[in-house]
Amino acid sequence: MKEKLEQIRQEALKRIQESTDPERLNEIKVAYLGKKGELTALLKSMKDLAAEEKPKFGQMVNDTRSAIEEVLEDTKKKLDNAALNEKLKKEVIDVTLPAQKPRMGHRHPNTIALEEVERIFVGLGYEVVSGPEVEKDYYNFEALNIPADHPAKDEQDTFYISGDFLLRTQTSSVQIHEMEKGRLPIRMIAPGRVFRSDEVDATHSPCFHQIEGLVIDKHVTFSDLKGTLDRFAKELFGEETKTKFRPHHFPFTEPSAEMDVSCFKCGGKGCRFCKGSGWIEILGCGMVHPHVLEMRGIDPEEYVGFAFGVGLERIALLKYEIDDMRLLYENDDRFLSQF
Amino acid sequence: MNSALSWIKAYVPELECTDQEYFDRMTLSGTKVEGFTRLDKNLEKIVVGKVESIEKHPDADKLIVCQVNVGSETIQIVTGAPNVTVGALVPVVLDGGKVAGGHDGGPLPENGIAIKAGKLRGIDSFGMMCSIEELGSDRNFYPEAPEGGIYIFKEGSVKPGDDAVAALGLRDTVFEYEITSNRVDCYSILGIAREAAATFRKPFVPPVVKVTDNGEKASDYISVEVKDTDLCTRYCARVCKNIKIGPSPEWMQRRLAASGIRPINNLVDITNYVMEEYGQPMHAFDLDTIAGKKIIVRRAQNGDKFMTLDGVERTLDSEVLMICDAEKEIGIAGIMGGENSKITDDVKTVLFEAATFNGPNIRKSAKRIGLRTDASGKFEKGLDPKNALDAINRACQLIEELGCGEAVGGVVDVCEPIKAEVELPFKPEKYNDLLGTDISAEEMLGYFKPLEITYNKETNMLHIPSFRQDLLGQADIAEEVARFYGYDKIPVTLPGGESMQGGLAYQMRIEKKAQDIAEYCGFSQGMTYSFESPKVFDKLMLAKDDPARNAITISNPLGEDFSVMRTLPLNGMLTSLATNYNRRNKDVRLYELANVYLPKSLPLTELPDERKMLTLGFYGEGDFFTLKGVVEAFLESVGMKAQPEYDPKAVRNFLHPGRQAAISYEGTEIGYLGEVHPAVCANYDMKAKAYVAVLDIPAIVPFTTFDRKFSGIAKFPAVTRDISMVVPKSVLAGDIEKMIRQRGGKKLESLKLFDIYEGGQIKAGFKSLAYALVFRDMEKTLADDEVNAAMKKIINGLESMGIELRS
Repeated sequence: MKEKLEQIRQEALKRIQESTDPERLNEIKVAYLGKKGELTALLKSMKDLAAEEKPKFGQMVNDTRSAIEEVLEDTKKKLDNAALNEKLKKEVIDVTLPAQKPRMGHRHPNTIALEEVERIFVGLGYEVVSGPEVEKDYYNFEALNIPADHPAKDEQDTFYISGDFLLRTQTSSVQIHEMEKGRLPIRMIAPGRVFRSDEVDATHSPCFHQIEGLVIDKHVTFSDLKGTLDRFAKELFGEETKTKFRPHHFPFTEPSAEMDVSCFKCGGKGCRFCKGSGWIEILGCGMVHPHVLEMRGIDPEEYVGFAFGVGLERIALLKYEIDDMRLLYENDDRFLSQF
Repeated sequence: MNSALSWIKAYVPELECTDQEYFDRMTLSGTKVEGFTRLDKNLEKIVVGKVESIEKHPDADKLIVCQVNVGSETIQIVTGAPNVTVGALVPVVLDGGKVAGGHDGGPLPENGIAIKAGKLRGIDSFGMMCSIEELGSDRNFYPEAPEGGIYIFKEGSVKPGDDAVAALGLRDTVFEYEITSNRVDCYSILGIAREAAATFRKPFVPPVVKVTDNGEKASDYISVEVKDTDLCTRYCARVCKNIKIGPSPEWMQRRLAASGIRPINNLVDITNYVMEEYGQPMHAFDLDTIAGKKIIVRRAQNGDKFMTLDGVERTLDSEVLMICDAEKEIGIAGIMGGENSKITDDVKTVLFEAATFNGPNIRKSAKRIGLRTDASGKFEKGLDPKNALDAINRACQLIEELGCGEAVGGVVDVCEPIKAEVELPFKPEKYNDLLGTDISAEEMLGYFKPLEITYNKETNMLHIPSFRQDLLGQADIAEEVARFYGYDKIPVTLPGGESMQGGLAYQMRIEKKAQDIAEYCGFSQGMTYSFESPKVFDKLMLAKDDPARNAITISNPLGEDFSVMRTLPLNGMLTSLATNYNRRNKDVRLYELANVYLPKSLPLTELPDERKMLTLGFYGEGDFFTLKGVVEAFLESVGMKAQPEYDPKAVRNFLHPGRQAAISYEGTEIGYLGEVHPAVCANYDMKAKAYVAVLDIPAIVPFTTFDRKFSGIAKFPAVTRDISMVVPKSVLAGDIEKMIRQRGGKKLESLKLFDIYEGGQIKAGFKSLAYALVFRDMEKTLADDEVNAAMKKIINGLESMGIELRS
């Protein structure tokens, strides 16, 4: 019996190892391990054995069964794997074929630049607000310390409507609206559209955008203004950016300054972007003129503030190396889709 | 404003710096320098030569061969210039040198023109004699230079071997300044020199003006009456007699030329020189042309005509200030003199005027008359009345010094009381508090001294000189401290104080969402102008009485095309689409987020309603329902989960009458969408179908929310029932869906149109619709009879609409 068992085992293993497809394995399984299989038959013949040999023999049959099952299982796995690999080989694709991109639209470069600026100032605790574009003379000029006969009024080439109404020439008007709300302290930026009667060309547009900034609090200093705008410049143009503040004049700030940043193209060595100077003029700023605060009923002995104004198009043109402002308002898809 | 550095140095004699240092330090102390030009740029190895002999060129009729003594040697030069004579002193560029330009005076090449020894028609030539154009200038500034010939120095002014560039005054640099409008005093050489002295901490040495007296009195020659003292606060008049017109000295010509002023003759040059030097424009009249020996300053009358000395007739109005004599008008105050009193070469006696006119009035008059002059440009800033007398005395001094005439003693000075000079308490701590600095009081006072701001220790008051009209308060003084301490030395800090919550205003968050969704759906952001042509209304085929025609008009537009504030956002969108279409860009999708301006009354009595509109537009792939999908995706993204309603009433003329809808949300109209009317497309030169949607953001905002609530994932199975019907084409799917939703109740989870069909088996004028209805109960498994009951209600509802169901 023992020899018979060994013989079955050898024979089964041989047949298993020789088989090359899973179907065949199944047949083998039935032939040896099935209800009418050889091992089952052998087990049935156990009744002829002596009682004391029965458990031993039973054990041997079961061992043989497990051995065959194990090899069957292993071989099946191997064959399945081979079949799968074969299938995968046939499914090879050319991964360098073109992608099928979902069709996405693009934000306007002005907006991309604006969102950069917003991100920086929101991070510093500024609220983003807006104000009217059709404005009263008072908010655009008078309350900003630009009285009726001030030359600055002519300098700005204002579009007038009728009576006191005009198109705002600067987002500085929003400073006054914010002060009128009567909530102090103030930390705000106000992006928006402004208008000046400049003929359209590569660097001028009668309709463009500014971002106004205003901080009013009890202990604000010119050094805070410098620090804030220095941070802004570094965030916008890179940590290696240097800033330079030059005295300037705006009727609604005193002291006033213009800020230059080191040219981010050449790093300050001088190139065609910075016209060889190594610096690029970016914005105007200053400490809020005490008279402006007084006119809004804010005590300049108690509160001080600083303000700044940035040309959005200027930043967009510089940052994205756009050489003609007219492109920003033509909306040619070949232009917009580059952003 | 342009001026030569040498002129500044004349008043700051110890100033020594490179051009770049001057540029940097002046800019940092507040006198912004725009740029500078070296006058000797590309002028190398140029000396004075004396022509010793001239021979004809053997092989060329038009050339001559000169032996030229250049100091160290005598060299041979071949030239074609017609004006060279033996003994002439000329600028000579030696072998290996450079000149700035060609002899024709065209644009100067960046790197100049190198000159080398060579042969001309076989004869050696070791250099070149130069014309003024080759030296980078022209006859406007060197009127003595011949036309089309070699520059010839005046006998005795130079000797061979001298630096010819220096002899011509070209070893100099012209700086271009951008003076801010508050610094009226810096529109003058003396003002800038004072700033330079303070910046470089060197002494400021202004000219010493001596008033001479010939024993006569100006008041015996002229009387002055100012009738409109509001427009003329000071009028100084002096007289110079025995005038001899001739050229002004070269140093004066050079300084004027560097400032961009063409030298004319001694008299004109002196008035221009003093205008530059003091910033005070002056005018010279021929006294013999002045009737009644009287000057009257008064306003013109509306419609008066007047011939200015440029020979142009000007029309005046009653706000234009005139200088008149006893009989007639002789000049427009502060702008330009008259033809009738102009100086000619035969002038004997001159009347000088130095006055202080009202700045804004001059500015506006110049604008209305359309004549802006150097003088009006200075007056309009509002001049210091003290300056007028100083300037007129300086002019008379120069007249005598230059031998141009004899100054009559005395001055006729009609002057309103001059405003008291400003005094301000000195508050060093306040300046430090404002600047965030720690500068000692002593150091601050040190900055003030060269600015002529004086300090009285006893009263602790600062005295502001009259020419500093910009220093009115403590903040102004703080700026002076900052300027001379150095903006660059002020520390860099961040504001302290309570920390504040930053962020976007709510509507801006909604707008950002709109942008995100539009972009996800393939629309790119465009931007267009806020103003447009009034012809747009016809292009959009608006009815004559359409309220959108009530637009705000700009009174001084850049042209009709930019003259009205848009009331509809469509023109910009359609123009942009058409631009793309005509540039053959395929399938273009754009959106814009921008204001329309709706006046509450016209003319405006209050601010208009500025409404932010989201406008979507496209042509190419897609249709009405593409756009409708974008609209709904946006509304859902801002928490508007209810079903918007679409009203197809054709009320918008610019849209296809059968393919447009007003969009409402919970009963409020929030926008519209549709196919652009083909005739409107044609008006924009678009040959494709275009679709637009316009959403009124402020109308949407009240319905929006960023709150989100999880309602669980359904645990119980859904039951789906299909329903199909044939309805007249005029019945709207929207109405059917509304009925189904109403009747279906809470258990109706969703409905979906899965088939729509017309033609074939369907009778004419009808369409077949098929919906899949999904029912679900969140609490339990729905029983069949519940669904049946709901279906029955729905079917009854539809039947009540006259809808026939298909089995």
